[in-house]
Amino acid sequence: MATVLADPKHLAMADLKGKVDPDWCPGCGDFGVLAAVQKALVELQIPNHTVVTISGIGCSSNFPGYINTYGMHTLHGRALAVATGVKLANHDLTVLVTGGDGDGFGIGGNHFVHTMRRNVDLLYIVMDNQIYGLTTGQTSPTSSIGMKTKSMPFGNIEAPVNPISLALAAGATFVARGFSGEQKHLTQLIKQGIQHKGFSFLDVFSPCVTYNFDNTYQWFRPRLKKLEDDPAYDPANWVAAMEKSLLWGEEIPIGKFFERTDVPTLHGAEPVLNAGPLVHKDTQIPPEVTRAFIEELM
Amino acid sequence: MRQTFAIGIGGAAGQGVATPGDIFAKIFSRRGLHLNAYNAYQSIIRGGHTFLTIRAGPERVTNMGDRVDLLIPLNQDAMNRHLGLLTEGAACIYNADAIKPGSTAESVQLCPLPVSKLADITRNKVAQNTLALGSGLSMMGIGFQALESVLAEQFKKKGEAVVSENVGIARAGYDYATANFKPFPRPLPMTENRYAVLSGNVAMAMGGAAAGVKFYCAYPMSPSTGVLHWMAAHARKAGIMVRQVEDEIGVVNMAIGAAHAGVRSMCATSGGGFALMSEGLGMSAMMETPVVVINCQRAGPSTGVPTKTEQGDLWQVLGAAFGDYPRVIAAPLDIGDCFKVIPEIFNIADRFQCPGIVLCDLLLSEGRLSVDPKDLDFNPVIDRGELITTASSPSGANGNGAYMRYKITESGISPRAIPGVPGHTHTAATDEHDEDGVLISDEFTNPTKRRAMMEKRMRKVTGIEAAVPPPALWGPRNADVTLIGWGSTKGVIEEACEILSEQGISANQLQIRWLVPLHGEVILDILKDARHTIIVENNYSGQFARYLRSETSYVPRGYIRKYDGEPFMPHHIVESVKEQLGGKSQLSVPAHEIMV
Repeated sequence: MATVLADPKHLAMADLKGKVDPDWCPGCGDFGVLAAVQKALVELQIPNHTVVTISGIGCSSNFPGYINTYGMHTLHGRALAVATGVKLANHDLTVLVTGGDGDGFGIGGNHFVHTMRRNVDLLYIVMDNQIYGLTTGQTSPTSSIGMKTKSMPFGNIEAPVNPISLALAAGATFVARGFSGEQKHLTQLIKQGIQHKGFSFLDVFSPCVTYNFDNTYQWFRPRLKKLEDDPAYDPANWVAAMEKSLLWGEEIPIGKFFERTDVPTLHGAEPVLNAGPLVHKDTQIPPEVTRAFIEELM
Repeated sequence: MRQTFAIGIGGAAGQGVATPGDIFAKIFSRRGLHLNAYNAYQSIIRGGHTFLTIRAGPERVTNMGDRVDLLIPLNQDAMNRHLGLLTEGAACIYNADAIKPGSTAESVQLCPLPVSKLADITRNKVAQNTLALGSGLSMMGIGFQALESVLAEQFKKKGEAVVSENVGIARAGYDYATANFKPFPRPLPMTENRYAVLSGNVAMAMGGAAAGVKFYCAYPMSPSTGVLHWMAAHARKAGIMVRQVEDEIGVVNMAIGAAHAGVRSMCATSGGGFALMSEGLGMSAMMETPVVVINCQRAGPSTGVPTKTEQGDLWQVLGAAFGDYPRVIAAPLDIGDCFKVIPEIFNIADRFQCPGIVLCDLLLSEGRLSVDPKDLDFNPVIDRGELITTASSPSGANGNGAYMRYKITESGISPRAIPGVPGHTHTAATDEHDEDGVLISDEFTNPTKRRAMMEKRMRKVTGIEAAVPPPALWGPRNADVTLIGWGSTKGVIEEACEILSEQGISANQLQIRWLVPLHGEVILDILKDARHTIIVENNYSGQFARYLRSETSYVPRGYIRKYDGEPFMPHHIVESVKEQLGGKSQLSVPAHEIMV
């Protein structure tokens, strides 16, 4: 997905600073994700005018306003659908989609599944805090059983979605998990996700310090184990990835679960786009072609 | 009165009603005749009842008409439903082996075909259809050659043997009719004209291609699916990216994404899908990213009657999405207009950076009409508005980060940079935002700025009103009655006016094509001298009448409405007008006599 550097200007962290500072709560996990995305773009030297950051609605979906790229702050749950349209209209753009677990796995669940099976070439980063923050603390699709929130004050009785297993089952060609508190590791995963040709899914534990008192930085740190630390782990092995995705509790894996590179991207599979992005095409269709269209009706 | 000839073919779905229909249509259009075809069908793949009416004539044929001249029932059910409606001079061709006629007016000619004697029905299951085709053309006085060449094209792919078998069967039907049946008294003439025959869905798809649409996506929904089918089949030749999406929410959002990246982007659906799209229309308005959405209305509410027509979605499109925002809504007047309206509405949507809605209906979407190929103009005027596609663009940017996507201007239009252009990075948000795109919905709420942004967007309405032509009155001034309609009822009202005039009642017509902007002042000016106004529409509550009253306070003298799923026929309107002029009623709801 990396775009050829068209602008010789060196991209620095300062170039990626948004017009305003984030309004996230102090200590919010999303700060770490923003910094890691900016760092990854600088390390890859992708000109910021060739990047489109697209989000839905929620705390983490305010993301595009805090980074100086092209941005779209769309509707709740719809970012992936919008992003698919952007990528198909101009596949030279680097497309980043950012949002939360409610936005992506709740209201946007349908688009999440279908965008993965289509292998749309983009990186989808979910800042997963297992709670609804902007609406002041309700149960989310990734909230654990038993978790008490304002909408389920006697404890959640619904099993959570497992985003990694779901992504693997739906055909995502790059599946990874990061932690907002592990900056270097997260930056590496973002870089790999951007460079992967196809749909890259990156679930990031991004603790909510205001409403989630169960899944805190302190709760995560001793549990997280990097897949990269196990030399025997092979991210090309889908079955092994599925097995790893089921681990939760005392040991929770982070890192790259799975990647395959043999599946064509959606824009790569459509011959209409062979000659280049749609946005550069002539609006007019050659007259011999339109004559044939009319001839069919005579 | 215009000379026309109408054929009605009835049968079960899967019995092959469409093929003889297509063949008749092709023969008529190649003889330089105009035609209009309407298929009354049911939501069933095999079985049920479908009734196709093809009406042809040397002049424009604007609707299905009141009369069937030739009935071809393919089964007993079709015979039972339709024979009784035939009037003087009509004929009925049927398979005498399988179908029994009922009683009929004396002047109706019954034409039984001994199908098993004329063709080998064990080999050819649709022999009765082909025999009827041949017989009908003989009775219409059309030379056999016309049929032979169309059959050759129709079956070319299946090989020479199939072609000659079908030509042989058709010939047998043709010769049998020549020997045994009375020909129709007034054969249709030939003209030198050549017409394209197309549905409203094909017309809107081609209109999109002509408008420079590069991205089309949809979720299948009757009666809009024909747009998707044309787009998908012609995508590669036309250079259009066509996607089938998981639901209509995904459709409208994907379309807006593509539009935001800089291409013209379109989607089509029916009322149910449109309901799912409404939040997306608000996004298009708030981000000021133009998109064109087609709503092919069917009979609602809810799943309603998927294969039947209605004009029942007017208030849905008028009120789609919450909040106030500028929008344009056009209702094409006929199938030719389905083509023409698409480039027009794209130019308005692009210039004013707002959603454009095309309010079509099943009658046009799935009906077919002969259109002069010159009216299918693939070089229409294209106006993309103030679009910044290169860094050196003079419109409002200096490339040093000072570009303001939502700059407050007198026209309300802010130059729009597409992603990829250096020096113009910005965020487009569905939250309210300042001129530079920064949200004023959360931390920086500001009543002064909010008001300024609302007024900026809404100022575009003035420009839209100036860009869209007002409606005009058709027909004589000072008429006894003025019929007001909108969209697809144009053709049938036009014919009703002609019939009324022939009966000594002068009538004129005000047909609304642009619903938003409506040009209420112009309408009031047109109607101020009208003697007796009646609003004709295909819905229960008089949705347009209520809209016109809300915009202008205008109240007509009467209403003609129909909400049984079938379109108006001219006599429905003629009889209702006479009833109302006689003071018998102010609201007429004509009954549909054909059971389909």
